[in-house]
Amino acid sequence: MAAPKKTLEIRTSPHVLSGHSVDTIMFNVVLALLPATAFSVFAFGLPALLVLVVAVASCLFTERWLCRVAGRPSTLGDWSATITGLLYGLTLPPTLPLWMVAVGGVIAIALGKALFGGLGSNPFNPALVGRAVLQATFPVSMTTWMPAFDPERFSRIPGATLTFPFAEPIYDTVSGATPLALWKFKGETTDAMQLLTGWVSGSAGETSAVLILIGGIYLIVRNMMNWRIPVAILATVAALSAVLHLVDPAYPAPLFMLFSGGLMLGAMFMATDMVGSPMTTIGCVVYGVVIGVMVVVIRVWGGMPEGVMYAILLGNAISPLLDRWFRTKVYGVPRRARA
Amino acid sequence: MRLLGLKSFRHGVHPPEMKDETSGMAIRHFPFAPVLVVPLVQHIGKPAVPLVQEGQEVQRGQKIASPDGFMSVAMHAPASGVVRRIGLTPSILGRMVPGVFIEPFPGSTQEIMEGTPCAWETASKDEIIKAIQEAGVVGLGGAAFPTHVKLSIPTGKHVDTLILNGAECEPYLTTDHRVMLEQREDIYMGVRYLLKVTGAKRAILGIEANKPDAAEHMRAAIPSDLPLEVEVLEVKYPQGAEKMLITALLGREVPSGALPLDVNAVCINVATSAEIGRLLPRGRGIQERILTATGPAISDKGNYRVPIGTPLRFLLDHVGVDANVDRVFLGGPMMGQAASSLDISTTKGTSGVVAFTTTEAERTHRHVYPCIRCGYCVDACPMFLNPSQLGILALVEQHEQMAEEYNLMDCFECGSCSFVCPSHIPLVQHFRISKAAVRKAQAAARANGAPAAAPASGGGKGSEGGK
Repeated sequence: MAAPKKTLEIRTSPHVLSGHSVDTIMFNVVLALLPATAFSVFAFGLPALLVLVVAVASCLFTERWLCRVAGRPSTLGDWSATITGLLYGLTLPPTLPLWMVAVGGVIAIALGKALFGGLGSNPFNPALVGRAVLQATFPVSMTTWMPAFDPERFSRIPGATLTFPFAEPIYDTVSGATPLALWKFKGETTDAMQLLTGWVSGSAGETSAVLILIGGIYLIVRNMMNWRIPVAILATVAALSAVLHLVDPAYPAPLFMLFSGGLMLGAMFMATDMVGSPMTTIGCVVYGVVIGVMVVVIRVWGGMPEGVMYAILLGNAISPLLDRWFRTKVYGVPRRARA
Repeated sequence: MRLLGLKSFRHGVHPPEMKDETSGMAIRHFPFAPVLVVPLVQHIGKPAVPLVQEGQEVQRGQKIASPDGFMSVAMHAPASGVVRRIGLTPSILGRMVPGVFIEPFPGSTQEIMEGTPCAWETASKDEIIKAIQEAGVVGLGGAAFPTHVKLSIPTGKHVDTLILNGAECEPYLTTDHRVMLEQREDIYMGVRYLLKVTGAKRAILGIEANKPDAAEHMRAAIPSDLPLEVEVLEVKYPQGAEKMLITALLGREVPSGALPLDVNAVCINVATSAEIGRLLPRGRGIQERILTATGPAISDKGNYRVPIGTPLRFLLDHVGVDANVDRVFLGGPMMGQAASSLDISTTKGTSGVVAFTTTEAERTHRHVYPCIRCGYCVDACPMFLNPSQLGILALVEQHEQMAEEYNLMDCFECGSCSFVCPSHIPLVQHFRISKAAVRKAQAAARANGAPAAAPASGGGKGSEGGK
């Protein structure tokens, strides 16, 4: 008989896979972030570009170096360190001294991710860990903003950007104020259309709500993002701020709340980080609501103008608990008491 | 529950269907191999006891083995010929099982032996159940659970609905599709027997929406005496799993550890019904089955009526195999078992033979990443388990916690979790090992007289699998 002479492979079923893979998902997240990244360079020029390059490079370098120290194969191929670097860079003020950017990048990967065991084991979003450390360490630099569309943005590098490590940065350009800071400290609100298109001051990549939204929708369509999380966060922020605005018009209007600051970037790309968010449907919705409430509470009553970062870190912290509380009801088994 | 007008269950996955190449191909007869090897255990239960001796001549359809007790069925000669040997033969599970080696007579007309007919109008329930066991009928969807056991309704249980499984949710397979198109009258006849035995007042045939011609065909000529409805189901895997089908069609949830009987339903594959309707009126037994031979490595793809006991080597040789063949499995790609040897023979449970070339096989050779808690598996599991958490526990062999806290034993191994996992973690593969460990521990505990460690529950028993 001329039956095959080859050895046959024995494997247990299933013999087909969906084709989704960690690296393709992560790579698509990077793709989805590119429009917002491009806009940040367009709006803030050279300093933003340098911040992003240093942020990504410091994260990639740290990831690679720690893999080598641990004697493990490189994990750069899963693209997760690239996402961390990019997201981290997008949340920074464009004029942040580059050495601070590098320090935060190392911290993001080393303390935020590798310390816990690498991809999949980090309880908090590494990009936000890096940013939170900088926020606590360099509060002035982290809240000094440059105006968008500065005419000299492509021809001049601000002095602060190239500050020597551990020296006091000197801000030699006109500084701008973010819409949230304007509201918080001066009581001025910014036009929603301006916010939507990104004609405002802010962190490198958080200013154009529309481009962030497009990236997020791309991921949702490709089933690479749990849409329930951004929807729950944004709906909660909108509803809560609408109620406050109705009670007292001194509180900002819902549109302003939705499209200002880091909310859109946070809701779309940081709260949805698969590792730090719950797995069950109800868990995801509760997680989104908690984050949404915290954002409004911090922005309206907190000491800082922006609260998205801490709201998401808090959400990350409770997400294992949410997974425990809001388990799926197993088919054929009566709902059991909460463990 | 209903979704866009189609009945369905919640969760599940959408593997590529891959049915187009064979769904339009009529069932063809398959030639006899030089030697047919009929394993004496092709079902879940005890092996049948051979009734023939080496050197004895048998006629096609003649009973060659008797059921050994209730959890066993009869075997019939797939061809007229001589019994060359009775000895061990490899099975798909890798074990050696007793089998009868029959050398068909060349040039014989191969007429099928007729037995004592069992007419549905006159036979009693017990007579029909006995006849089904004697005809060697098992679940032809793939699980090969003895059908007469399923149909023996214990006193105190009541069945109101007979469910006919025409979902055929496994990719590649098109046998049930063809049976519905070509053996409609046999299916109807089988339903008469099944309704009588179960006492059900109505029958519902569930067909996935990717077989509109079959649904139309089955609906078109329902005899007036038959309380049969045809329901079109959403195309989703594992729509044809017994519990999912019952939920989709009746909205009832089979309790953990219980059988469909406990929600007043019995679920039978359409091909099984067709065989009952074809065999019982003539007193015959199963001596062949319809299977789909397909996959990129097979040249002459199609649906074949293959004699039971046809060696896989002969089958592949006849349909033609690509030189790059890398994996051959029996059944569909989601739950089918890879063949460890080409000397195994096709059995009553073989619904398909699918062959992959290196290209398709390599698609499952993926780098395993850590779990990133994406929750895809949670959204895929039709039993609403948490495969992610179970997978983490399986790695550290916390089998008991898996069973007690995370309902491991409710997993019926459909493989949806492994299919969707972007980290390519072999989840269902872990669970099979863990389930075996839990069963072993339970058996040990029982042997020591202690109460079982975990609630004895789960699929497998009486399940028609994921077909």
